[in-house]
Amino acid sequence: MCLAIPMEVIKIQDNVAEAEVGGVIYRANLDLLPDIKIGDYIIVHAGFAIEKLDVAAALETLEIWNEMSETVAERDEVRRENKR
Amino acid sequence: MMNKITGKIVRAHGSGGKLTHELIQSLFVKYFSNCSLDELLDSAILENPGEKIVFTTDSHVVKPLFFPGGDIGKLSVMGTVNDLAVCGAMPLYLSCGMIIEEGFEIDRLEKIVISMKNAAESAGVQIVTGDTKVVEHGAADGIFINTSGIGVRNSKVQLSLKSIQIGDVVLVSGWMGDHEAAIIKAREEFNISADIVSDCATVNRLTQKLIDEISNLRIMRDPTRGGLATTLNEFVWRQKFGIRIDEKSVPVRESVRGLCEPLGFDPLYLANEGKIVAIVGKESAGKTLSIMRSFPECESAAIIGEVIDEPKGKILLRTSIGSNRILDMLTTEQLPRIC
Amino acid sequence: MKFIDEFRNPEIAAKISSEIRRIMPEKRLSVMEVCGGHTVAIFRYGIVGLLPENLRLISGPGCPVCVTPNDFLDAAHFISRQKGTIVATFGDMIRVPGSESSLQREKSSGADVRICYSPSEALEMAEANPTKRVVFLGIGFETTAPLVASVILTAEKRRVRNFSVLSGHKTMPFAMKALLDSHETAIDGFICPGHVSAITGSDIFRFIPRDFHVPCAVSGFEPTDILESIYLIVRQISKGESRVELQYKRAVRPEGNLRALEMIGRVFEPCDSVWRGLGSIANSGLLIKPEYSRFDAMKLFDIPPIRIIENPACSCGEIMRGVKTPPDCLLFGNNCTPEIPVGACMVSSEGTCAAWFKYKKGD
Repeated sequence: MCLAIPMEVIKIQDNVAEAEVGGVIYRANLDLLPDIKIGDYIIVHAGFAIEKLDVAAALETLEIWNEMSETVAERDEVRRENKR
Repeated sequence: MMNKITGKIVRAHGSGGKLTHELIQSLFVKYFSNCSLDELLDSAILENPGEKIVFTTDSHVVKPLFFPGGDIGKLSVMGTVNDLAVCGAMPLYLSCGMIIEEGFEIDRLEKIVISMKNAAESAGVQIVTGDTKVVEHGAADGIFINTSGIGVRNSKVQLSLKSIQIGDVVLVSGWMGDHEAAIIKAREEFNISADIVSDCATVNRLTQKLIDEISNLRIMRDPTRGGLATTLNEFVWRQKFGIRIDEKSVPVRESVRGLCEPLGFDPLYLANEGKIVAIVGKESAGKTLSIMRSFPECESAAIIGEVIDEPKGKILLRTSIGSNRILDMLTTEQLPRIC
Repeated sequence: MKFIDEFRNPEIAAKISSEIRRIMPEKRLSVMEVCGGHTVAIFRYGIVGLLPENLRLISGPGCPVCVTPNDFLDAAHFISRQKGTIVATFGDMIRVPGSESSLQREKSSGADVRICYSPSEALEMAEANPTKRVVFLGIGFETTAPLVASVILTAEKRRVRNFSVLSGHKTMPFAMKALLDSHETAIDGFICPGHVSAITGSDIFRFIPRDFHVPCAVSGFEPTDILESIYLIVRQISKGESRVELQYKRAVRPEGNLRALEMIGRVFEPCDSVWRGLGSIANSGLLIKPEYSRFDAMKLFDIPPIRIIENPACSCGEIMRGVKTPPDCLLFGNNCTPEIPVGACMVSSEGTCAAWFKYKKGD
C-alpha cells in the first residue's frame, strides 16, 4: 500500500523540499532522495520523498494507450517487444 | 453603559450572580441587542408573522475555534439559520447557549460574540435569548455553543421526500468540501500550506428565491457533517428510488483535491457550511442552475445527477473513469490513510 | 493534478478494459493484489465492473495494520499506560482493537496518544517534550521502513535520548511466497505493490514467476495503472508466459532506491514475524539492530509477555489469504462494522472488510 502522491518540487532548503500538488504545499524530507532539483516531480509518502518521477516513462505509459485504437493493438505488441 | 470587561472567564461568570450579569450586559446585550433580548426575561416573547413555525437546534464544538473563513460564533449562527432555510422557512429568532471553560480569555469571547452579531445581521435574524454556564478548565475545549432557531413558513411551501419523482435532477450550489478542508488545514497537523477557506455562509437568500421561483422544487438540504455523500444517502434511505451521481460533475476545488489526495480524504464526505443540495423536477433544472449561479458565492453550482428507479435506496456513482459503484454514507470519522 | 489525473482518463480505461476482454481466456482466473492502496483504488474506481466475469480480483494481506497481530497492539497499549510517555502513531492504528483495548480507548482514559502524518513528527515531539518518552509505532512495509530508519539515524545524529520505535515492520516477498506455498487459494497472477517496489526494486518479485510460474505486474495506484497491470498479467497468461513486468515504470526501477535500502540495512535486520491470519513467516519482519537498541521500545520498556487472543469468530485471516470474502464472515456487517470493528480488516480504511463495507455493501 502506502499512500504516496507525485508532487512538484518548488523549493529546497537543506534536506527538506517544499512540493506542491493542486496548489497545496507539503514539506518532504529528502534524506532518501538527495539528488533532486526544483521542477522535479517526487513521489511523497508520509512526509518523505521516496522516488523521483520519471516524466518520460509517465508520458510513454500514457502514449501507448492514447494512440491505440482497435486496429493498433498489434502495434502495441510490437512496441512492447522492442522495448524488452 | 457597562465598562468593557477583560481578563479571563471564572466560575462565578456562570453562577447567575453579579459577574454573570456583568458578562451578559457587556457582551451579549451589547452586541445582540433587540427588544426581546434587552428585557432579559426568563423567556423571549415573540411575534409570529407566519403560518407554520419551523424549529431547529444545533450544538457547535468545532476545533479550532478560529479558522480561515470563520469561527465557532459565525458557524453557530449560520448553521442554524441554514437548517431553517433549507426547510423553506424564513429564519427569525435564535437562542444562544454557551458553555465556557474557566480561564477562557474574555477578548476571545468578545471576538466570537461580534462574529455572531455580524452573522445574525447578515442573515436577518435576532438572538433573543440565551444562557451561560462556566465549567472547569478542560471540560469544554474552550467553548461550546448551542443555537436553537425559529423560523416561519407559508403553508403553501411543500418540500418533502415524498414529492421526489424518477427523472428529477440533483444540483449543488457550489464547491464541495471547502469547510472541512479548511478545518483540516487549520488543525496544522500536516504541516502544509494551502489557500483553503471555509465556505461558512447563510443560504437563506438562495433558498427563498428557489422557493419563490421553482414550482417543482422537491427538497433541499445543507450537506454538513458527513458531506454530500451522506446527505444524498439520507434522501434515498428506505425510499423507492435511488440517485445516480456523475463524479466528474461534482465541483471540487483543485486545492481541496490537493489536500485530500495525499492525506487520504474523500471530498464527497467533507462537511460544507454554506451550500445546499437541491432536487427539482427535470423541466426546472436549467432555471434552478441559473438562479444558483446568479449568487456570486454559487458561481460553481452544478447539476450533478438524477433520480433513478434502480438501485432503490442507494446512490450510484459514475466514477471519473466511467465505471459505476455504490456511494455509501460516511461510516466513521475520516482519518488520514498512511499505511 | 499533474501525473495523477492523466491516469484517471476514462477513454484509456475503456480501451484497456476492452483489450482485457479481447484477450481473456475462457477459464476462470484469480489475480491477487497485496497492497492496501490497490484494495482501495480497485473499490473506489469500480474496477471489477470493467473486467470480464471470469476474472476474479482477490485482496491479499496488503494492509499493514490488518496483518499486525494483537501482541504488538497490546504492547503499544501497555506503553501508552506508562506515566510520562507519548505514543505517536499513524492515524489508522488509533482504533484497532487489541485483546482488550485500543489506543483510542487508552487516550480517552488519559493516555497521551497522538496521530502523526510522518514519523519525523514523532521525533519533533520528542525534542519538544524532553521530559517525556516518545514512542513511535512503526507499522508498514518496505515503503515506510526506510522513513523510520532515517528518523532513527537522525535521532542518533541529534543525540535525542527520549525517542524510540516499537517496530512492527514487515516485508512482502516472504508473505507472498507463503501464500503460494500454501496452495490454499488459486493465484493466477500477482499485482505487485508499486511503492514497496519503488524502494526494493521490482527484481525482488522475480522468484514468483521463476519458482511458481505465476505472472506478475508491478502496478501504480491510479485506475488505469491497475487496469494496465491486469492487462499485462492476462496477456502473459494467454501466452503461457510468466515474468515480472514493470507497469509503474515512472516510479520504480528494477534495482529500487539504493539509498533507502542502505538505510533499512543499517538500522534493521530481518527477523521472523507473526502475520495476523498467516501465522509466523520466517525473515518477514524487521527488527531494530542491537547497535540501535537505545531506540528500540521493545528493549526500553518492560513489556510483560502477551498471549495473543484473537476473536474466534473473526475471519480476517482467511479473508487476507483470499480464502473467504467479507460477506462470508459471520460478523461482517452485524457485529463488525467500521463503527464497531472487531477485526483489523474492518478498522483500517485499507482493510478488505472496510473497503467492501464502504463500497460494495450496497451491491
